[in-house]
Amino acid sequence: MSLQITCPHCGTRPIEEFTYGEIPHVPETLTDLDARDVDRAFMLANPEGETTEAWFHVYGCRRWLKLKRDTKLDRIVE
Amino acid sequence: MNEFMEKQVKLSWHAPKKGYDVVIIGGGGHGLSTAYHLAKRHGISNVAVLERSYIGGGNSGRNTTIIRADYGIPEAVKFYQRSVELYQRLEEETGRWIMHKTKGMLKLAHSEASLKTERARALMNQAFGSDTVFVTPDEVKEICPQIDLTCGGTLPVLGGSYHRTGATARHDRVNWTLAEGALQEGAHIHQNTEVTGLIMKDNKVLGVKTNQGDIEAGVVISNAGGHVSTVCGMAGLRIPIRTHPLQAYVTNHFAQTFDPIVASSDLLFYVSQTARGEMLMGAEIDRQPSYNRRSGFDLLQSCSYRAGLLLPFLKSLRINRQWAGSCDMSPDYSPIMGKTPVENFLINTGWGTWGFKAIPVSGEQMAKLVATGKTPDLIAPFSLDRFARDRTMADRGSAGTH
Repeated sequence: MSLQITCPHCGTRPIEEFTYGEIPHVPETLTDLDARDVDRAFMLANPEGETTEAWFHVYGCRRWLKLKRDTKLDRIVE
Repeated sequence: MNEFMEKQVKLSWHAPKKGYDVVIIGGGGHGLSTAYHLAKRHGISNVAVLERSYIGGGNSGRNTTIIRADYGIPEAVKFYQRSVELYQRLEEETGRWIMHKTKGMLKLAHSEASLKTERARALMNQAFGSDTVFVTPDEVKEICPQIDLTCGGTLPVLGGSYHRTGATARHDRVNWTLAEGALQEGAHIHQNTEVTGLIMKDNKVLGVKTNQGDIEAGVVISNAGGHVSTVCGMAGLRIPIRTHPLQAYVTNHFAQTFDPIVASSDLLFYVSQTARGEMLMGAEIDRQPSYNRRSGFDLLQSCSYRAGLLLPFLKSLRINRQWAGSCDMSPDYSPIMGKTPVENFLINTGWGTWGFKAIPVSGEQMAKLVATGKTPDLIAPFSLDRFARDRTMADRGSAGTH
């Protein structure tokens, strides 16, 4: 069975109804403004393990929700 | 690799040295190809390939072995065309049979929009030296008589492109052949050697830390697939890569020869026949980024349904095995190759769903970069700094199913 995401408005729904969105984190150590823009636009953390991400319920309530997921096991934590 | 294959292909293992001129992280096709070309073409044999498990055990052993050059932008067509040519002569060059077979590849369009893409693809390919023609539904039927042109009445085939030099090869044999070639010239390959960190001084890489001890290096090339963000993170580098799983599966033996590779961007699947006669199918990447290589029932169900619409004979076959690999997806669906802001640290990544077909050319060009210190023209457009320069290489034709 595919992953199920619990939407606060629509209840538990299959992942196919959602689209993925990463929450960008530009590192504090990056000070150059242009470099920060490039990082914000393109660079990704791509972490292995637990991470907080945003999902958009495109075929449901059309609202964003935050989700904690383990990318190593591909399992939803909360 | 089993004992039988070790006798067939002459592989030999060495004790790690204290240091090497070049250390390649990742013993998949790309890493082995880089070592092979460094030794064969440039005489640089003081090279070590570090693989955390066994060679070709990552995505080089999980792909669907398609070789093609029918891309949508000039730079990519030229790059992959070189790869198609290198694959064609790899058997002659190495004396090993990689089961290379030129089959031709059909890309079908079931909508006006895809028809436009396929027409553009054919014209673009012809202009830059790749052998692709636009085909009508009648010609599609002639090339592949098993196709149901009406697609079960749902999505009639309107036309497509036919890439005559599309081919397949046996992935394990490609890996082993390149490994054997590199070893013969004196390169070292260390399996079960996981890179745990990089030895850095200021902004310069001086070596790698591994679970087998530290190794000094003149140049470090990251050819890691799947965990490239981790490796680049060791160098303090952030890269525009997101890792998604891609699933594929094979059916049982189909008694007829099914020659062309068939892909459809509207139905989102592709199919080819393996040398064993199995029908090999795959689809798009999974939507959630993940390092998990588990495959599931969802894809089998949806992909088989779509495949059955186009090729009804598939419905009578049974599914034998399924698996998944990790795809490093770049935002513009093009690879990232070459120098990085970190000194002595090169990357070769972003191979998404098009890594196998580029094994010879990426190795050749990365070897040239190491040997000459200058980025070759063929890969210059694919450098990491293209994102900062606002010169992304968005390619609509890059993957058959995106």
